[in-house]
Amino acid sequence: MTQPSAEAGTTATDERPIRVLIAKPGLDGHDRGAKVVARALRDAGMEVVYTGIRQTPQMIAEAALQEDVQVIGLSILSGAHLGLFPRIVEELKERSVDDVLLFAGGIIPADDVDEVQAMGFKGVFGPGTDTRDIIEFVREHAPRRA
Amino acid sequence: MDTAAELVDALVEGNRRALARAITHVEADSAIGREVLRLIYPRTGRAQTIGITGSAGAGKSTLVGALARAERERGRTIGIVAVDPSSPFSHGAILGDRIRMQDLTSDPGVFLRSMASRGNLGGLSETATGVVDLMDAFGHDIVLIETVGAGQDEVEVATTAQTTVLVANPGAGDEVQSMKAGLMEIAQIMVVNKADLAGADTAVAQLRALLAIANVGAWSPPILKTIAKTNEGISELVDAIDEHQAHTRSDEHAAAERERHVRGQIIALARAALHREALEAAETTGALDTLVEEVASRQRDPRSAALELLDSLQATWAASRSSTP
Repeated sequence: MTQPSAEAGTTATDERPIRVLIAKPGLDGHDRGAKVVARALRDAGMEVVYTGIRQTPQMIAEAALQEDVQVIGLSILSGAHLGLFPRIVEELKERSVDDVLLFAGGIIPADDVDEVQAMGFKGVFGPGTDTRDIIEFVREHAPRRA
Repeated sequence: MDTAAELVDALVEGNRRALARAITHVEADSAIGREVLRLIYPRTGRAQTIGITGSAGAGKSTLVGALARAERERGRTIGIVAVDPSSPFSHGAILGDRIRMQDLTSDPGVFLRSMASRGNLGGLSETATGVVDLMDAFGHDIVLIETVGAGQDEVEVATTAQTTVLVANPGAGDEVQSMKAGLMEIAQIMVVNKADLAGADTAVAQLRALLAIANVGAWSPPILKTIAKTNEGISELVDAIDEHQAHTRSDEHAAAERERHVRGQIIALARAALHREALEAAETTGALDTLVEEVASRQRDPRSAALELLDSLQATWAASRSSTP
């Protein structure tokens, strides 16, 4: 965990907090990891919209649109990432939500990482990731808004 | 959709992405955001704007969800503004209202936006008022705003809505007592939620007694019992809101109601702007730091220091105001 500071959650050129959507697609039964990431990002000064479990691709894309988040983090444990992620990317594209940073976490086998990245997920974070790495990744890559 | 005019054009045609982006600008209080609000204001005033207020744990989110479903059943489209608190330490926030409204988030007739309160500088009422206006201009029939906790922000946010619903619970006798210090006066409808718990009738009686000594004017606030979790009393709540809206739009009361609402809004916005800009100036000039030292060493009392601070800020503040568009 990083120490909170006045500049927490902001980029050098942008004073407002970074808005992040943390969502869990598919049928995972628990959301421990997603909540740990959500809290870490909050403690780093970001505003985290959390959707809860069992989200459909449409629900996630619609939430991203309505909340106008800069960043979407998807957590998935079920192994359905290769099926669900492309549908989420497609739903986002249909809504013209094209200027968001995507990252993924959970159980994503090493063999699948390249494919997931090719879909547009700039970061893929597996078990044991230090939350500071995710915070730094988000701060560095989040697109600016207003 | 990069300029205010483009955003407004897209927004009034029903472009949801334009609405979302316009809200972002208003929330950031950017130049574009201010321009958007100026441009859309003539298009506002059609929606029923409804504030849901009450202390933490009263069941506001659940009530908002139930209310939204009931309004959808009556064929109305809905914008929802859900406010959650920011951490005073990290300034971050977890915005979790979507969890309780999952079924609504895939309904094209619903637009839900989560907002963090972003500190106590009065900015919440400024932002919330603007977001409600955007959702109104977008064409939503109903705009619901759910506020955080209790306190001054609560009272100010209430001025963003035409109809404010105060949510209380059974067994909260002392809490109900404390409401007479302000919250009572801003509510047009009182709801005792979780009415399946013991003491619901007592809570209703307490509210009625408080209401009897409050200065309520032409509209007498009804007191309703609901169990939001099971939708009990929700249809009656929608009816009560419709009745109050009809009252505020009736020939007899429209002028006075509009004046009441707009007056409250202007005062709240002015207070918020004053608060924010004065404190910004205090930090910029360093005037505050000097006074803090003097008061801390008991050379000066805090009251005269506060007045001195205002005096010293006037020049700086006026200059900075005239230089910003």
